[in-house]
Amino acid sequence: MTTRIDTRFAELKKQGRSAFVTYVMAGDPDLGTSLSIVKALPKAGADVIELGIPFTDPMADGPSIQAAGLRALKIGMTLTKTLELVRDFRKDDNVTPLVLMGYYNPIYIYGVDKFLADAKTAGVDGLIIVDLPPEEDDELCIPALKAGLNFIRLATPTTDDKRLPAVLANTSGFVYYVSIAGITGAAAADANAVGEAVARIKRHTRLPICVGFGIRTPEAARAIAEKADGSVVGTALVDALKNSLDAEGRATARTVNAVAELAATLAQGVKGAKQAAE
Amino acid sequence: MNIAKPNSYRSGPDERGHFGIFGGRFVAETLMPLILDLEKAYTAAKADPAFQAEMNGYLKNYVGRPSPLYFAERLTEHLGGAKIYLKREELNHTGSHKVNNVLGQIMLARRMGKKRIIAETGAGQHGVATATLCARFGLECVVYMGAVDVERQQPNVIRMEMLGAKVMPVQSGTRTLKDAMNEALRDWVTNVHNTFYCIGTVAGPHPYPTLVRDFQSIIGNETKAQMQEVEGRLPDSLVACIGGGSNAMGLFHPFLDDPSVEIFGVEAAGHGLTQLHAASIAGGRPGVLHGNRTYLLMDADGQIQDAHSISAGLDYPGIGPEHSWLHEIGRVNYLSATDDEALAAFQLLSRLEGIIPALEPAHAIAKVMELAPKRPRDHLMVVNLSGRGDKDVPQVGDILRGKK
Ligand SMILES: Cc1ncc(COP(=O)(O)O)c(C=O)c1O
Repeated sequence: MTTRIDTRFAELKKQGRSAFVTYVMAGDPDLGTSLSIVKALPKAGADVIELGIPFTDPMADGPSIQAAGLRALKIGMTLTKTLELVRDFRKDDNVTPLVLMGYYNPIYIYGVDKFLADAKTAGVDGLIIVDLPPEEDDELCIPALKAGLNFIRLATPTTDDKRLPAVLANTSGFVYYVSIAGITGAAAADANAVGEAVARIKRHTRLPICVGFGIRTPEAARAIAEKADGSVVGTALVDALKNSLDAEGRATARTVNAVAELAATLAQGVKGAKQAAE
Repeated sequence: MNIAKPNSYRSGPDERGHFGIFGGRFVAETLMPLILDLEKAYTAAKADPAFQAEMNGYLKNYVGRPSPLYFAERLTEHLGGAKIYLKREELNHTGSHKVNNVLGQIMLARRMGKKRIIAETGAGQHGVATATLCARFGLECVVYMGAVDVERQQPNVIRMEMLGAKVMPVQSGTRTLKDAMNEALRDWVTNVHNTFYCIGTVAGPHPYPTLVRDFQSIIGNETKAQMQEVEGRLPDSLVACIGGGSNAMGLFHPFLDDPSVEIFGVEAAGHGLTQLHAASIAGGRPGVLHGNRTYLLMDADGQIQDAHSISAGLDYPGIGPEHSWLHEIGRVNYLSATDDEALAAFQLLSRLEGIIPALEPAHAIAKVMELAPKRPRDHLMVVNLSGRGDKDVPQVGDILRGKK
């Protein structure tokens, strides 16, 4: 099977550049604004979109993404509505890869098989589920692969060479290297350390490797893009969104642009990067 | 539900940490290598007689074990039925059963060469036990506690600070135990290279539910021997309160394969099961949170719901996975007691026996008040008195004086 993710990375490879991967929370700060943001991201230069599924207890996320999830839940965001958002996005964009990122419980409660079928029809390409390590592959990873969705696994600095094959075994689409042991929004990792880690993972897989956690500026995105197949930015975009809200936490006229403009500058950073020799 | 009965209720979990469909390891990849190391370290420690010997020494001379099995004569007379025995875990050093488990985990942390210990706490008892053993062994200690609990369990916050621990009030979510656990997991993900996460109950990713249960099983093992000594036979029933369920699992586990023993776990019904409560089995369903699959309070979308209990130690929207399994398989009966019932039991035990219980085991006593009168006079009932009420004196005092 070839997914939109595979196609996109193949194109990027041909162009000799790294991917700019953006993360935003579905339904933050409301459904309409969220859809406008997601639609604006490809125009701003996003090559891949990660869309957060809101959850009450995001154990691996920092305060920014945690707060974004709570804003979304407060306006009544659900997994069902997240899939509707994807469907609406797909009405005008059939090429940008879209990955849902979140925690397992909402999917488990929705029902794994029904979720996978609905996600596929809505136009989801891949899943990143933070609390499903390879030890729990039977839960969602293997059914997702059968349903034609990529299951993108996180590799981290604690994932040593002995463990990497297990982590990579059922991974497809790309590998998400979490450059620090920590939560989202924490301090950035050093680009050289990232380069070494990416080289290490490349010895075990031919999949593209995107790096995230802690990238906030065009310079940082560029430095990572020189070492990896993609830079992922989440917290900085979520913060830009938050800073555009009014005192009651509602969207303002600036909200969509605030996110899109930051995304555009970050995209410039990524696109200016020289791709490391393979 | 039609589930085949196992040959033994004590053989779980399987090698992947599952009790039936419950348990497992639902954590971020960053933590997996450490969790696998912990499992290895625990397996090795269990097989090492030196580990057990060292632990036994501390259990006897530092914790003060064995804890007495006390015949509560006046409570028995008052209720007019079963003969009630109290397993006096409140007499342990630090005032609750929590110290049994913390001792075990700190010994493991030492074996693994970890110098920084983190913990989450609701009532503060687990935090106090962790702070105590960190002081004893010279380890850095950071305790996450919901801001609401920091407020209502002040005596324990002060104790932890006196012991040299850093108490981190958690402002996110409901600002209670669930959020303290989220923050502890965030800390662990960030500091995984040097930090040991000392979990306070039989929950979390495998192997925690198992190792906490094993360390707490000393409660049931002692009870068995003590009952044999005073009555010459097994008890007929066991009753314990359930937050995550560690004091209950510790009492129950050694008796699971004794079919004559009736077993009751008591969840917190808060304002009542149709209102705000913390009874995950009575009011929840299976879901995945904090590293395990278990009964959870949640809405139709799988979002975790707020729990409520007057008792900070029971105020958690989940329960340990082994309990979920014991419930589905029908070996243990799960009941619940409201805030008001627990308060009444708190007062009854204080007045009749001169023992001020913590609000947590007061929930167990509340159900004893219902169960004991219906049992014959030769029925032997053991209640786990999991902690003493010192920490609750200010809070209950305010309530009884009508201030809150
Ligand atoms: C005295 C006491 N009993 C019971 C509990 C509940 O925990 P568990 O259900 O794990 O025994 C607590 C928790 O803080 C406690 O302090």
